[in-house]
Amino acid sequence: MVDKTHLLNSRQMASFAARGFLRFDGLIPSELNERAMREIDGDVPSAPAGTPLSRCYPPPSALGEILRSPEIAGIIYSLVGPDPLFDHQYVHVREPNQDAAQHLHGDSTIDLRMHFDMQLMYFPHAVPLEMGGTLLVPGSHFRRINESDIGRYQNIVGQIPMVCPAGTILVLHHGIWHCGRQNKTNQKRYMFKVRLNPTVRQMRLWNTDDLDASVGQQHPIFSKETPTDDIQAILGNIEPWFEGGNGRLEILNRIKFWRFLTGDDNFDAHYWLTRLENMPEKRVTE
Amino acid sequence: MSNLRQKILILYLADSALDSKVIGWTMYDGTRRESHNTGDSDKPPYTTGLEALQAGWRAIQFSQLTPPYPGTEFSTSFYKYEIIFEQLEEVHG
Repeated sequence: MVDKTHLLNSRQMASFAARGFLRFDGLIPSELNERAMREIDGDVPSAPAGTPLSRCYPPPSALGEILRSPEIAGIIYSLVGPDPLFDHQYVHVREPNQDAAQHLHGDSTIDLRMHFDMQLMYFPHAVPLEMGGTLLVPGSHFRRINESDIGRYQNIVGQIPMVCPAGTILVLHHGIWHCGRQNKTNQKRYMFKVRLNPTVRQMRLWNTDDLDASVGQQHPIFSKETPTDDIQAILGNIEPWFEGGNGRLEILNRIKFWRFLTGDDNFDAHYWLTRLENMPEKRVTE
Repeated sequence: MSNLRQKILILYLADSALDSKVIGWTMYDGTRRESHNTGDSDKPPYTTGLEALQAGWRAIQFSQLTPPYPGTEFSTSFYKYEIIFEQLEEVHG
């Protein structure tokens, strides 16, 4: 069992639900990064898709040490629960002095599930801006696109290039739009990715001690009384690239996702879904 | 063969109005003078589509306003408000 103190909290989960990612800069210590870098630069043994993660990366393995560390185990448990399956791994290498970046894409195929896979990206060395870094588009995970359909989109307001210190961990919802930015340095850039599938219903797997009834309590809308930093506010935050109309639909997507994650079918943020669900059938009698 | 080459600017806007805010952008340069690729800039070349017109870009295509297909009213996918602009520039040699 994972130590509860290493699980994500509800605010972190709400941020993941809203933006589709969480980053943990410099989480892995330098000694372990150096050993992992040597593995990544060599040949990392893989496993058949669908293998329990617990059977992958057996000791001695620096990558296995990272995935089994209390902090990472807590993140994995919070998102995909106990006994996740290894889907695949990939060592991403961006060659020095590249002419171009990878096209923006979503991994795998169009995927309509509310259940989600997590993608863990590990950056074993520091990534400055000129080296590129993985580019991600926060809040893009609910968009129904198929792989590189979106290759035409070069730049999006609010996009995040992963400029980070060594030992940074990025966890993504499988639907997040991303790509490898151009590496303009004379050094190779490495990133190790592993995709994990859940084997349990993804509901309240994180530390829910901070999740009480007040989370779904409605407040005046467009008012000074509206809390600006609670779960509802996190789910209602607008990304700078959201279109006026579709941005509101993204908030609906987030609320539905939060209902899925919490099992609370009555939860709402700022009344967005309640309004649409209000279809009274009560007849007025004379 | 003509010495004119096309430069393409694609702007993605916050709504269907040309003077609404730019939320995404793409450039292709047929003159080979510039090279653009994914994630190469964090600042839009213009604040609105109208600004691009005022800078001399010719709008050649607007995305159509179409109602959602039944059953997909609440799903999101590609950007809805895509405007394609062009400029023609002369190349030598």
